[in-house]
Amino acid sequence: MASDGAAPIIRLRNVTKVYGEGATQFQALKGIDLDIAAGDFVAVMGPSGSGKSTTMNILGCLDVPSGGTFEFRGHHVETLGRDERALLRRRYLGFVFQGFNLLARTSALENVELPLLYRGDAKAERREAAMAALAKVGLDQWWDHTPAELSGGQQQRVAIARAIVTQPDVLLADEPTGNLDSERSVEIMKLLSDLNAQSGITVLMVTHEPDMAAFARTVIHFKDGLVERVDHNHRQGETVD
Amino acid sequence: MLGTTILLAVRSILRHKLRSFLTTLGIIIGVAAVVTMVTLGKATTSAVQSQIAALGTNILQIRPGQGFGRGGGGPRPPDFEEADVEAIREQVAGVTAVAPQAQSAATAIYNGANWSTTINGTTNDYFRVQPWPLTSGRIFQPAEEQAGKAVCIIGNTVRQNLFRGGEAVGHRFRIGNVSCDVVGTLSTRGQAGFGGDQDDVVIMPIKTVQRRFTGSRDIRLMLVGVDAAYESSTVQASVTDLLRERRNISGGKDDDFNIFDTAQISATLTGTTTLLTGIVTAVAAISLVVGGIGIMNIMLVSVTERTREIGIRLAIGAVAREVLMQFLVEAIALSCLGGIVGLVIAQLAVLVLAPVMQVPYLFEPQINLIAFAIAALIGVVFGYFPARRAAALNPIDALRHE
Repeated sequence: MASDGAAPIIRLRNVTKVYGEGATQFQALKGIDLDIAAGDFVAVMGPSGSGKSTTMNILGCLDVPSGGTFEFRGHHVETLGRDERALLRRRYLGFVFQGFNLLARTSALENVELPLLYRGDAKAERREAAMAALAKVGLDQWWDHTPAELSGGQQQRVAIARAIVTQPDVLLADEPTGNLDSERSVEIMKLLSDLNAQSGITVLMVTHEPDMAAFARTVIHFKDGLVERVDHNHRQGETVD
Repeated sequence: MLGTTILLAVRSILRHKLRSFLTTLGIIIGVAAVVTMVTLGKATTSAVQSQIAALGTNILQIRPGQGFGRGGGGPRPPDFEEADVEAIREQVAGVTAVAPQAQSAATAIYNGANWSTTINGTTNDYFRVQPWPLTSGRIFQPAEEQAGKAVCIIGNTVRQNLFRGGEAVGHRFRIGNVSCDVVGTLSTRGQAGFGGDQDDVVIMPIKTVQRRFTGSRDIRLMLVGVDAAYESSTVQASVTDLLRERRNISGGKDDDFNIFDTAQISATLTGTTTLLTGIVTAVAAISLVVGGIGIMNIMLVSVTERTREIGIRLAIGAVAREVLMQFLVEAIALSCLGGIVGLVIAQLAVLVLAPVMQVPYLFEPQINLIAFAIAALIGVVFGYFPARRAAALNPIDALRHE
């Protein structure tokens, strides 16, 4: 489903996910096929329990499918162990969450530096890269503020800086505007659009709001553990419905 | 990798100062308590032992009467005679020397200074029964003992008060109404274990004291030195039999004299202090364990509290091992820090308490090392389980945790 014909960076084939065992067993994914092209901006929509969060967890290498295959950059992620998936996350993935999930009592700069610390970068490099990432989200003046001293919109921008500081291939955003008012939400969406357009980073975003999904080029609709429909917006900013 | 882990752990400790302090508090109290108790216990034991050594070990003190606090009622039992001293010396095996004592008290005057002191009449055997070196001069000459000459050997307290600490040998001072030549001065012995200054004494030949002060030939106290090769209890039994015979005490009657065995007292006191030190140390050790459990509790609570943080770290690419290491390093750093603070507090406590308890200040490297090692071990053990739990968390569940 790569709209522009580029090679897919993510390829799901007949992916299933089952939670629990026996009588309490619940099939969250019933066989998903999905290709996502490098550089795409994808919105994932669907009601609660439709399987979109489960899919995002699998795409984020946080969880493994019960069946089927998931290829990411040529790796068969379904065969990898915990630590190998952690290393994939470290190198190629960035995460943005609804609840921001910054470390408390920790300055914006140190929050952004954290992924680089785990990657083992030297101090000077770390600082430079973290400041550059903060500059990209327009918060380089606020580098020494802790999350408690920042507004919700600013915290989410710090979280985005943390997600992009490693220059990942894919940015996964789980309802990134869910805790923000509409004005802040539009700011965050513009930031994600710009990053997608300028850095060529693939963005995968879960959202409930059609207004936010309108920023994406591709919109995937989930229903009952299956992909219901894939829409392509040829002009950004146009509403889907 | 390790550098990163240490950096992360230190940052985390510094960011949560109150939590870190509460975590270490248990270890601080535990280590401080153990080290203080053991050090003071050892100091007390050594103080008791040196006081007993001052009494002289392996000495039997024999007095008329039925022992401490049993003087009331009935006629006073007779004192000993010179013949009793001779009999014990000649007839009991395992006796090194027998020193008779006759005591009196009088005021000594020298060069305008006067000092009330104890007069102890005895023989040169006194210095054979118990080691008490002279700092200058000599002990009595046989002629002086036999003739009951007015010569004396003085204790350090008397020398300080009468001679202002200066040379006393060769000088003559007045005691009671006797002019007395100082022939020797004694080394300092310190406080007796049971009250009284042992150095506040003027020692004279027993005949001099009997003639010029007490006015009788009675002997109030005999010190019997026991050969180290003999059991003091065996010697005590022989002496008891001999004295009962000499004092005509028939079969069913109680002794009218008492024998005080310093070796026995020494063993009892040493045993008691060792036992007390053991009990107190056990209590302190329990507090150290409780401190360790405190660390584990806080670490466990902190893992629960920090679940989201762990989720974030795992999501952005931390490997489980790195999270485990961070928590472990945090726990070890906190316990070591607590250990060091505890050791410092213990030294200060001993420094303050030792003079109050009248025991010497000691530094016991061994117990300090052991307590510190236990603190570090507690950090590893009680830090490991919460850390393992943290590392095993599923990042999705951890992130969803509120």
